[in-house]
Amino acid sequence: MSGLEELYKEIIIDHYRSPRNKGELPPPATRTEGFNPLCGDEIVIYIDVDSNGVLSDIKIGGQGCSISQSSASMMSAAVKGKTVAEAQEIIGGFKAMMSVHGDALGDPASEATAEPEVDLGDLEALKGVVKFPVRIKCATLSWNTLTQAIDEATA
Amino acid sequence: MKGSIMTSSPTFDIAKIRKDFPILSQIQDGKRLVYLDSGASSQRPTSVLDAMDHLYTHSYANVHRGVYQVAERATNAYEDARSKVAKFIGAPSANEIIFTKNATEAINLVAHSWGRANLQSGDAVVLTIMEHHANIVPWQMLAAEIGFEIRWVAIDEDGMLDTSNLDVLLDGAKMFAFTAMSNVLGTLTDTKALCAAAQKAGAVTLIDACQSVPHMPTDVVDMGADFIVFSGHKMLGPSGIGVLWGRAELLDAMPPFLGGGGMILNVTKDGFTPDGVPGKFEAGTPPIAEAVGLGAAVDYLNELGMEAVREHEVSLTAYALRTLTETVGETLTIYGPSEPAARGGVLSLELADVHAHDISQVLDEHAVCVRPGHHCAKPLMRHLGVNATARASLYIYNDTDDIDALAEALVQARDFFSI
Repeated sequence: MSGLEELYKEIIIDHYRSPRNKGELPPPATRTEGFNPLCGDEIVIYIDVDSNGVLSDIKIGGQGCSISQSSASMMSAAVKGKTVAEAQEIIGGFKAMMSVHGDALGDPASEATAEPEVDLGDLEALKGVVKFPVRIKCATLSWNTLTQAIDEATA
Repeated sequence: MKGSIMTSSPTFDIAKIRKDFPILSQIQDGKRLVYLDSGASSQRPTSVLDAMDHLYTHSYANVHRGVYQVAERATNAYEDARSKVAKFIGAPSANEIIFTKNATEAINLVAHSWGRANLQSGDAVVLTIMEHHANIVPWQMLAAEIGFEIRWVAIDEDGMLDTSNLDVLLDGAKMFAFTAMSNVLGTLTDTKALCAAAQKAGAVTLIDACQSVPHMPTDVVDMGADFIVFSGHKMLGPSGIGVLWGRAELLDAMPPFLGGGGMILNVTKDGFTPDGVPGKFEAGTPPIAEAVGLGAAVDYLNELGMEAVREHEVSLTAYALRTLTETVGETLTIYGPSEPAARGGVLSLELADVHAHDISQVLDEHAVCVRPGHHCAKPLMRHLGVNATARASLYIYNDTDDIDALAEALVQARDFFSI
């Protein structure tokens, strides 16, 4: 089971069992849905961006596997209270860790931020996912949805 | 071999069958490969690979074009395959067999060709909630264009089709398109009764037989169907070929689907005259080697006998339902009819609080191949209230050892996520 333990680190299972920032935000929060058409996972991200460009609140809804749910949970903890620019740096850092670059995500703008030195903290636990290519989409679903939510909120 | 105790028919020798499938002899991480994803795509025996190889090495040319001997052999091989497929499903004429890219294309063909010619705004098309997206989306696309209504037949708690209000749903409907066997629940539908009800209501029927034709005897005339579709790769044949069968008078009256070479009698600057069936619906170079491979797959299945195939799968499904429930316990939900004879060998599994993707990941560590996800049947999944299941699907080469390995791997998944 060593391969599995490398993938399913304790912290991943913890975030899966007790997801952080689960729920909804009322309007005028931005609500964005993301789908993984391969497995049917659905995610809903609610964000509030205040007048100072700070991502003041984030809530996550939807269903998914342990990888997608823990990734979303850790992401919400990592970006909450950060400025949009800081959040985007974390997104870039995470996508770089997943070895996925802008084009693959349909977001050419993130190409420039592909290899930043960002401290990802707990999120480093998801590094093992790279060895299971099929699961990368699980890990990145919430991040792509957040990118879209930020675009919508700051448009 | 422990599996041999399940063999009810003396002619159904699984150990011998497994030797015909080279891919199944491989070892993954020191474990025997347990292939339980034939509902998505089956494996193919050496005889199918050899038939395609033989065509390419001895008799390959384009079909219905050249006059040289090699081309004639290729054309004959392609048309022989059509005849074999026709006979396999009890079609009155080989000309009623249209080769397509897959079953999805076959349904799109009917929707575009028959649908455009026969459906109007205000009409109704009836589907079931159990349909694969392939038998939903083509009708939705057409409905968006034409403006007809789509009505849905529901299922009951045991996963059987709820036909209590079928007459109401069929009232005024022009088309009833339904599955012969659910790819998620394994539910078999009473195709004969459904076709009779549709006929009474004046609706044309299309049966998605992708999950049934590979697994049990099929007789399109006895069913009373107007169209049926299925794919080659789920019945030991290659990918890239599907089949549409339709009643000759319906096919004759339908306009062509794709335009191009091979589907015409004549072309002038002013227009074209389409060929008759089946050529009218086979524009461009068809999947020639794939058809030959499908013909060889039909030969292989005939050799086993479709009654025997069905018998094997019913007994293995019964064993699986029993073993999985006993071994894994209450945390496991198996969707679909509880009675093995009412279903095919498709087991959609849910392990409490463990997502199907995670189950499948643990199963892969045990070299057990299942499919996680929504199985291209999102309306059904929504109806069941699940967003994903892990689906194990059985075929001729599966035995009780495979089921035991699945049960053991599910226990490991349960324990790993400690539920």
